[in-house]
Amino acid sequence: MTKSINQQIAFWILRIMSSLVVLFLVLILGFIISKGIGVINWKFLTTMPEDGMTKGGIYPAIIGTFCLVGGSMLFAFPIGVMSGIFIHEYAPNGFFKRFVQLMTNNLAGVPSIVFGLFGMSLFVNKLHFGDSIIAGSLTLGLLVLPVVIRTTEEALKSVNDSFRLASYGLGASKLQTIWRVVLPIATPNIITGLILSIGRVSGETAPILFTVAAYYLPKLPTSMYDQVMALPYHLYVLSTSGTDIKASRDMAYGTALVLVAIVLIANLIANALRKFLSKKVKMN
Amino acid sequence: MYKIESKDVNLYYGEHHALKNISLQMKANTVTALIGPSGCGKSTYLRLLNRMNDLIENVRIEGTVLIDNKDIYARGIKIDELRKKVGMVFQKPNPFPKTIFENVAYGLRVNGISNKSYIEERVTRSLQNAALWEEVKDKLKKSAFELSGGQQQRLCIARALAIEPSIVLMDEPASALDPISTAKIEELIYELKDKYTIVIVTHNMQQAARVSDRTAFFYIGEVVEYNDTKEIFTNPKNQRTQNYITGRFG
Repeated sequence: MTKSINQQIAFWILRIMSSLVVLFLVLILGFIISKGIGVINWKFLTTMPEDGMTKGGIYPAIIGTFCLVGGSMLFAFPIGVMSGIFIHEYAPNGFFKRFVQLMTNNLAGVPSIVFGLFGMSLFVNKLHFGDSIIAGSLTLGLLVLPVVIRTTEEALKSVNDSFRLASYGLGASKLQTIWRVVLPIATPNIITGLILSIGRVSGETAPILFTVAAYYLPKLPTSMYDQVMALPYHLYVLSTSGTDIKASRDMAYGTALVLVAIVLIANLIANALRKFLSKKVKMN
Repeated sequence: MYKIESKDVNLYYGEHHALKNISLQMKANTVTALIGPSGCGKSTYLRLLNRMNDLIENVRIEGTVLIDNKDIYARGIKIDELRKKVGMVFQKPNPFPKTIFENVAYGLRVNGISNKSYIEERVTRSLQNAALWEEVKDKLKKSAFELSGGQQQRLCIARALAIEPSIVLMDEPASALDPISTAKIEELIYELKDKYTIVIVTHNMQQAARVSDRTAFFYIGEVVEYNDTKEIFTNPKNQRTQNYITGRFG
């Protein structure tokens, strides 16, 4: 009797907690959409800010965010995937492997503002990149490197060893086995990691604060040494330190909505792509 | 002259002494069954013959293993060359997530063969040899996962045959299959004997009796008895062998 009552209580507590998660997500999304949808139109998405950022659009911030996402991925993806492959497939169990894994985990735990400071002192000052797309991209890339490494590792771990054995049994080398058998199977999950990190990168503010983000720059970048505006920082500016915060409140919500939409779309694409690739790989 | 010959082989997984002084000789174009209870070392012995144990960390091997009178553990032996010569079929069918054609062609491609017509010919021949051709000839471009378990296992046999090995190792190749598929695999093993030397690990006594010429009974890392299959099953010399094949333990 008491056993079944306990069961019931546990069931309902767990159920309510999981519903809470959904509730908060719906609340946040509903709030941002209802406040921001009013300003969203084609002009908002494709024109420069005007009148001290109280009018016009957020075009340069959108382009800036795309530049930073692209730049950071260009940097983090190859390094992260290759490290992941090395750690999971090549590194012998021992001190070095454990050390790299430990460091990866530690890197993941470093607060993003610390990455920002580090990026400023190394890329902006020491390497003389100045406030620039490349400095910001490298900083953001460092930030998501652990995510890429971990998802690559997990993706490789999920590849059944029987495929590796079959490949070795046919005289294939380790590299051939990884390239022709393991990676095609792991790719959908690696791509998921990539897109999750895109979501992360597009939303980060602290790392770009001192490395790339411009307060107000109504023109598009022409090289990787240019500064850009970026959505999260623009949102911060509009809501805390713009020229007229009250007048730009709606624009701030609109910016937030665009940012959330980009992350959401990235996640949806990730899911669709993973499903498509898994089907192509035809795993049972 | 023997096709496969091992002399006083000892194998250790770390501290665990998994194979103890194993000396076995196998003639070309015969089927040898390795039987014994789980953990007795028969699969370990099988994996010794294509150096699959090398993939496990902390393995130490003593003694000699000769294939075609050459020590396969000697310095300078190319493992990929060895594995081309000694094909392997695993317990669970493990086709790659590729098309039927590409599964069979895989071994050729990784061994540097790119001649298209040659690959096609080899794939066809291998599927025929594995008694699968008639069932798949119209769907070579389909995923291997669309095949039934038994067909997948014959595909794995075809894949192993494509690189023209002279020895085929089979690790309980029918244990995950239904009786009809099992019968097909056994029939196939019998036919393959003409061209290949086959070593098969099995838990199934009847299977060992049906397909093999020679049988080795493994028990806790040792070979208790090794003889003609007929002798082992009708007139076992050792009490433990008799107990095992009559089902008193195992």
